[in-house]
Amino acid sequence: MMEYIPLNFPFLAAALLVGISFYILIFKRNLIKLIMGIAILASGVNLFLVALGYRAGGNAPIYTDVPEGPMVLPVPQALTLTSIVINVAVLALMLTMVILIYRHTGDIDSKKSRILKG
Amino acid sequence: MDKLLTHSPILIIAIPLLVAFLTPLIGRAGGKARNTLVIASLAFVEFLVIILARDIHLNGIHIYTLGAIAPDLALPGGAMMPIRIILEVDGMSIFMGIIWATVALAAATFSLSHMARETGQTRFYTLLLLMVAGCFGMIFTGDLFNLFVFLEIASISGAALIAFRTRFADAVEGGFKYIVISAVAGLMFLFGVGLLYAQYNSLNIGFLASVMQYSMLDKIALTLFLMSLTIKTGMVPLHMWYPDSYTVAPANVTAMLVITSHACMYAVFRICFTLYGGVLDASVVGWIIVIIGLLTMFVGVTMAVFQTDVMRFMSYHAISQMGYMWMGVGVGLAVLGNPGALAAYGRDAINGGIFHILNHAMYKPLLFMTAGALFHRTATRDLNKMGGLGHNMKFTLILYIIGALSIAGIPPLNGFASKFLIYESVYQFNPVLAVVAMLVSIITLASFTKAFQSAFTGPQLPEYKNVKEVPKPMLIGMGILAAAIIFTSIFPGLVVEHIVNPATDALINQSAYVNGIMGGTP
Amino acid sequence: MIESPSGFWGPVVWIIAAIVALLIAYFIQRRGEKAYKKGVQSETFLMGNPKLSAGETHVRAHNIYWGFFEGLKKYYIPTIAAHTGIINDHLIWLIAGIAIVIIILFIAGGI
Repeated sequence: MMEYIPLNFPFLAAALLVGISFYILIFKRNLIKLIMGIAILASGVNLFLVALGYRAGGNAPIYTDVPEGPMVLPVPQALTLTSIVINVAVLALMLTMVILIYRHTGDIDSKKSRILKG
Repeated sequence: MDKLLTHSPILIIAIPLLVAFLTPLIGRAGGKARNTLVIASLAFVEFLVIILARDIHLNGIHIYTLGAIAPDLALPGGAMMPIRIILEVDGMSIFMGIIWATVALAAATFSLSHMARETGQTRFYTLLLLMVAGCFGMIFTGDLFNLFVFLEIASISGAALIAFRTRFADAVEGGFKYIVISAVAGLMFLFGVGLLYAQYNSLNIGFLASVMQYSMLDKIALTLFLMSLTIKTGMVPLHMWYPDSYTVAPANVTAMLVITSHACMYAVFRICFTLYGGVLDASVVGWIIVIIGLLTMFVGVTMAVFQTDVMRFMSYHAISQMGYMWMGVGVGLAVLGNPGALAAYGRDAINGGIFHILNHAMYKPLLFMTAGALFHRTATRDLNKMGGLGHNMKFTLILYIIGALSIAGIPPLNGFASKFLIYESVYQFNPVLAVVAMLVSIITLASFTKAFQSAFTGPQLPEYKNVKEVPKPMLIGMGILAAAIIFTSIFPGLVVEHIVNPATDALINQSAYVNGIMGGTP
Repeated sequence: MIESPSGFWGPVVWIIAAIVALLIAYFIQRRGEKAYKKGVQSETFLMGNPKLSAGETHVRAHNIYWGFFEGLKKYYIPTIAAHTGIINDHLIWLIAGIAIVIIILFIAGGI
């Protein structure tokens, strides 16, 4: 049982990152910290995607001058690149909106700056 | 013409995308050139959707492989798995496509005069076309990761459109809530896609449906898909961000965002019926969907009666009507493994739910646009301040009456036809569901009477003496939807037979979807 | 005309029946009072009270259905308090929903 832990270490790290981000999203009120929590969630999911493609002792999936042996899967690496680009756009949009909320209400606490409820 | 038909799935997604990036360039030549370009491209997309719908009705599923030598070459050279991204359009996809093309055209016509006094209109039309392209991609794709990418495209442009009028503090707050919820939901969806890829080494929905075994990781992936798409659709108890975001957007943007949440609901049905079709516990997942639908109907309408802000009032009604669709299709899912019950009432329940999607997509944007027309002329959304506007705005009054009678399910309008199918079939599954559905209908009628009395009837108030009727482009936008409502009311049989029945068959019949990709006898 | 498990719905017949009923009502109304003067006999009879302005007689939106809300107070007060509008609460509902549905699916289908 204990010999599985070093093999599965990337997946444990991804689960830890997702768990930390859930804690931040639930308990932290500052809007900038909320955006950091979403960035950590994105890092956790991206780490999970890259880690699931790894094959033990594998080489980079490039056909030029490739040594003998298995290759790691290239598709999850493509999925991760796409996901990183999408998250950059989303984080930029969220930061812009926080700046505008601060200009209008003077506060970036999620309880004090809300106007709509009920 | 034949080439246009073969390439139409990718053209329908690509044309709004290309015109979105051409709009700032043509916008330098003036406002009229840009408006003509936007309306012309949306009209051309509607034409392509109609010819594709006719072809699917006659010939069956259409697939389109991006980057292959021939468009329907899904398995080149005798491969065992499909490679490349494949767009697969069947009866249910083209049903959502017809709805989206019509509502986008009506909303763009409405915005020609509603947004006429705003600055930065070029950016508004760019974002609008990006959202059109994103939602079409979500509806037509046959690949899970492609669904995630287009879901994020539609969410990012939707959030930017909600917060477009940055001079209002609550608009920016609504946009912020929308983008946070969309980001978290999208990342949970991506986690589920990763789990499925790790086990089966493919992202294609048709191939995954044929090799799916219902292991523990598959159950976790099903939950992640279901919950992330449920919060994007706005079902109770995950609905609390929905009225905050949809109240503060410009009225035609809200009309389009309602259809985007319908597309997320389409993705739930695609995953439950087609991806996990033969292997999931149909009765358990069906009951979960039915209970979510029941809660949504009831909580949505009781919160709606309470509101005094007219756009927030309409948003809560949108939530409540989605409960009807989920309940109808959930009953069909719950009896999917039981052929006797499926033939007796399950098929009619799914028919009713899908017909209700069509009806809702016609009267809900109309009602949002009438609320936008009220805001356009009186500069307030508060029902406490309005009164007696029916004396001045006669066309808006008639369009509001058509929309309100339709949503409450009063004969002879089309809302009654779909609710009638849902009541009759759900009653045989469990009578409590039908009783709650009828109660919700009555409270819906009561709340629309309340809004009608507050805004339109009563003596003419002195502060609204100079209010005129709304400009012509807004009336034309609303008139397109009202004409569609009246056509569907007088001929429901035609609509059910030609548009709704193929969609129901496509959902129930999983093997047709799989054989469209993998070949083999249908 | 659409068929359902225990009946059918045909709107054309309904519209024709409604038009016939409205025509009958119209003919009954035409046989009514001939000496009716428009505008004079339909003013509200106020019995000496002062005539209020238009803004004061119009019933505003938050006053309509007061009795309905008073009767359902026990349901409304917790429900409206639950719609806080804080973004953290929205995310708590999402994470709780994921946890509950995973537990239900594992119990129903076995691990």
